[in-house]
Amino acid sequence: MVNKFIRRFYTFLIFGFLYAPIAVLAVFSFNDSKSTAKWEGFTLDWYQSLFSNNYIMKSLYYTVLVALIASVVATIIGTFAAFGLFYMKSWKQKAILNVNSIPILNPDIVTGVSLMTLFVALNVNLGLLTMIIAHVTFCIPYVVLSVLPKLKQMPGEMLEAALDLGATPWYAFKKVIFPEIKPGIITGALIAFTLSIDDFVISFFTTGNGVSNLSIAIYSMARRGIKPEINALSTLMFLTVLVLMLILNKRTKIEEI
Amino acid sequence: MKKIFAVVLLVVLMASLFTGCSNSDQVVLNVYNWGDYIDEDIFQQFEEETGIKINYETYATNEEMYTKINKGGTQYDIAIPSEYMIEKMIKEDLLEPIDLTKIPNYANIDDQFKNLSFDPNNQYSVPYFWGTVGIIYNTNLIDGPIDSWDVLWDEQYARQFTMVDSQRDSIMVALKKLGYSMNTKNLDELEEAKQALIEQKPLVLAYVGDNVKDMLISEEASMAVVWSGEASAVIQEYDYFEYALPKEGSNMWFDNIVIPKGAKNIDAAHQFIDFLSRGDIGFLNADYVGYATCNIETMKLIDPALIGTTYAYPDKNLLENFEIFQDPGDFIVEYDRIWTELKAK
Repeated sequence: MVNKFIRRFYTFLIFGFLYAPIAVLAVFSFNDSKSTAKWEGFTLDWYQSLFSNNYIMKSLYYTVLVALIASVVATIIGTFAAFGLFYMKSWKQKAILNVNSIPILNPDIVTGVSLMTLFVALNVNLGLLTMIIAHVTFCIPYVVLSVLPKLKQMPGEMLEAALDLGATPWYAFKKVIFPEIKPGIITGALIAFTLSIDDFVISFFTTGNGVSNLSIAIYSMARRGIKPEINALSTLMFLTVLVLMLILNKRTKIEEI
Repeated sequence: MKKIFAVVLLVVLMASLFTGCSNSDQVVLNVYNWGDYIDEDIFQQFEEETGIKINYETYATNEEMYTKINKGGTQYDIAIPSEYMIEKMIKEDLLEPIDLTKIPNYANIDDQFKNLSFDPNNQYSVPYFWGTVGIIYNTNLIDGPIDSWDVLWDEQYARQFTMVDSQRDSIMVALKKLGYSMNTKNLDELEEAKQALIEQKPLVLAYVGDNVKDMLISEEASMAVVWSGEASAVIQEYDYFEYALPKEGSNMWFDNIVIPKGAKNIDAAHQFIDFLSRGDIGFLNADYVGYATCNIETMKLIDPALIGTTYAYPDKNLLENFEIFQDPGDFIVEYDRIWTELKAK
C-alpha cells in the first residue's frame, strides 16, 4: 500500500519536473501582457503576432530546413560508416571509433569556433551552406553510435548466407541487413534531428549573412525581453511533436498486431 | 533505390536553394542588428522605395557582433553597436568611413548627439537610439525620495533591490556614488569602488540580467538598476513604477548605425542610413522599440506626454553629471579583476 503510494508519488514527481516548465510556458502564451510573471487575462494575440513576425517565421523555416537536411545526410553517411566500421579489423575499428567519439566529447564551442575558422580559412562565406555542413558534421558520430550496436546484434553469418544464396551485395544490404538495423537508423536520425534543432553554439559560429535559426533568433531578443510570441511558438512546436509521437506510437502498435 | 532517389532530390533541392538568391541582380543589404530593435515593417517600405532588399539578422550582445565581424566570413553592410564598441572598432579599423554628404537626413539628428567622444566628427557612425542607466522603483512599496545612488547602500532597502549583472555598469554605480569618473584609470579610485561594492553586496537581492523586468512586475524586487529602455517598457504597462536619474550622474549610452569593414554595398548602406534617419521612419522605429530617438524630426511626431519623462526624454539639466563610456583599452583587465573579486566574495 505504502509502497504503491511511493511509486506513484515518485512517477508524479518526475513527470512534474519534466512538464511543469512546459505547462507554465504554454499558459503564459495566452497571457494578455508582455510579462511572463503576472497573469493579466486570456488572449490569442501572441499567436496572431507570431504568424505575422517575418523574422521568427524565417528562422523557423531555416531551423526545420537545416534539421531535415542535416539529419538525412548525416543518417546516410553515418549508416554507411557504421557498416564499413563493422567489417573492419578490430584494432582499426577501435581506433576509428575513438576518433568518432572525440567530436561527441568535445565542447560545442570548440567545434563551433574551429569550424568557423576552417570556413573562414577556406574563404567560404558563412551562411546556410556552412550551417548545414556544420550540423551534418556534429550529427554523424551519433548516428554511427546508434547503428553500430544493431549491426553487432545481427547474427554474423546473415550477410554471408544471403550472398551464398545468390544475392548481390547491394541486394543483400537492402533486403537483409537494412531491415535488421532499421531501428538503429531511425534512432540515429531522430537523435540527429533533435540535436540539430537544439543547437545554438555551433550554429551561432557557423552562420552569417542573414541566416539564423530559432535558437539564435530567440537568444538575440534577450536584451529587450523575450516576448510571449516565443511561448506561443514553443507551445505549437511542443504540440506538433506530441501529435507526431502519438501517431508514431499508434502505427507501431498496429504493425505489431 | 528509394534512397538514391531521395539523395538526388535533396541535392537538387539544396542546389536550387543556393542559386535562388544569388542569380538575380537585385542589391541585397545585409543588416545586423540587436534582436527586436527595429520595426521590421519598414524593410518593405525601403524595398519599395529603392528596390534594395533587406537581409536581416540579429545579435544579443555587442561582443557577439564584434566576433562575427572581426573573424570574417561575413559581409554585413549595416550594424548598430553601442558607443564603447564603436570606439573599439574604430581603433581596430573594423569600420568603413561614412560619407555624410550622402546622408542628407543627417541634418535631422539632434546636435547634442553629434561629435561625441567615441566618434568625433561622426566619421564612422550615425546616432540611432540613446538612453541612460538609472533606478526604477515600485512606488507602492518604496516611498522615500529616490534621487541618489546612496539608496543602494541604505539598510532600509536591504534585499529589496537588484544590481545589473554587467561589470562596467555595476562598477560605474560605485564610482559615481563616490564622485569619481566612471571612465577612471586611477587604480586607487577603482579599489575604493570595489570596497564600496563589497560593502553593498549583503544588501543586494541579486545581480540580474534580462529577467529584471519580471522580477519587478512580480514584486520579487521593489527597486532595480536598469537601462532606461527597460524602465520605459515596465512603466508604460504598470504606471506605479517610477524611474530616477541619480544626481551623482550615471551612464549615457548610444547605439549608432555603422558600416562594418567588408561591406559589399556601401552605397546602398548609405541609402539605408539616410532612410533610418528620416523623421517618419525614425518615428515608426521609436514607437515600436520604445527607446529614445536622436532625431529632431521624429521628436515632433512623438507623443508629447513622453517628453520630459525621466525614462524617455529627460530634462537636460538632470543629465549634468552623466558620462559616456570610453573603451578602457588594456586597463579593462583591472575592471575584470575587480568584478571577479567582487563576485567571488
